[in-house]
Amino acid sequence: MEGLDFSVVPPYAGLLLQGVIWTTVLTIAASAVSFAGGIALALAVMYGPWFLRYPVRLFAWLFMGTPLLLQLFLIYFGLVQIGIDIPALVAGIIGLGLHFAVYNADIIRAGLAAVDPGQNEGARSLGLSRFQSFRHIIVPQAVHSVMPPIGNNLIALLKESALVSVIGVAELVHTAQLAISETYRPFEFYIVAAALYYILNLILEAGLRRLERRVEATR
Amino acid sequence: MDVDLMIRVFPYFAEAAWTTVQISVLALALGLVMAALGSAARLSRWAGLRFLGTAYVSLFRGTPCLIQLFVLYFGGPQIGINLDPFVAGVIGLGVNIGAYMTESIRGAILAVARGQVEAARSLGIGRRQTMAHVVLPQAARLMIRPLGVNAVALIKGSALVSAISLVELTYTAQRYIGSTYKPFEMFAIAALFYMVVIYGALRLIAWLDRRYAID
Repeated sequence: MEGLDFSVVPPYAGLLLQGVIWTTVLTIAASAVSFAGGIALALAVMYGPWFLRYPVRLFAWLFMGTPLLLQLFLIYFGLVQIGIDIPALVAGIIGLGLHFAVYNADIIRAGLAAVDPGQNEGARSLGLSRFQSFRHIIVPQAVHSVMPPIGNNLIALLKESALVSVIGVAELVHTAQLAISETYRPFEFYIVAAALYYILNLILEAGLRRLERRVEATR
Repeated sequence: MDVDLMIRVFPYFAEAAWTTVQISVLALALGLVMAALGSAARLSRWAGLRFLGTAYVSLFRGTPCLIQLFVLYFGGPQIGINLDPFVAGVIGLGVNIGAYMTESIRGAILAVARGQVEAARSLGIGRRQTMAHVVLPQAARLMIRPLGVNAVALIKGSALVSAISLVELTYTAQRYIGSTYKPFEMFAIAALFYMVVIYGALRLIAWLDRRYAID
């Protein structure tokens, strides 16, 4: 037993901070993709023509039935085989984003479907167009039920972003590994990385709670 | 697509899928034990135990599972804990999923109507017996679906143990990519096996749900 010595960590504070920044960037960018993608997929399944609906269902089924790690490998290492060479960071954003888009789409679809159909009928009979009814009557009501589960997905996304280290993106896990390769101190650096994820997680949760309260206030 | 190659390596992937099943089942068992302890602690009358339960859930749900595995497998030897990848994988995945399952079990117990407890208590049934004979049998049925969701997440999460060199499906795919340079084919076979395993798990959960759930 060598004993633990956290004094090895401070010299690498700058490196780890860089990891935190890239984890944040990765999470934000992938969240944006997952949100936009989720809306697009939900709308495609609900209102799209059949030739769009079936591929989307197949896509969702593939993404939900296989591990994210495998999906990241496929995008980063597999696409090269057919001549598509994308940088690791972009591959990570696309992989994380698409993976969570499928889950978000499910939530958004359920949220839109849960709004009482009478609301739409009422709006239409008052002379609102299909789009206006959707935009001003259905969506605002669906937002309330959709926000908490989407928030949970964002929290999951932040943690799953750690997987992107395996394709070589210099996020937090990766920078911790760089520090370990110089110091041979896995325990200390992984614990510190875990603590940093925990802090990021607390910040995200607090932000989501505030957002939820604000949306709740508009009810 | 090199189908010949895919057929040739198929048996090796089947073997690896069996490892994925084994590690998932063992981690699920450990996770259920951790979750039983965790939810008992969280619902305890003693503040100290409640704090321990809350800390367990918060720490393990608040950090990535990958890091937890790394701390255990790569960090462990530094404090005298040497585990082989299989044991580390089962412990890491099991303790991690246990934190999520704690919340599923706690939620199911709290979802049992409060009047049930009051009625039992006012009939003179002890606190422990109320739990064992009134609350838990009803909660057990409410747990099937959320625990099933956790179990499926666990199977997919088991891919992470490839990062601590455990030879399961994902690791096998990586290994064969190294020798064949055919990532698409290898990942496709691995994905196929994951879907078979997950489909099996979903069928089992649906069956349990039909058999026991109250709706």
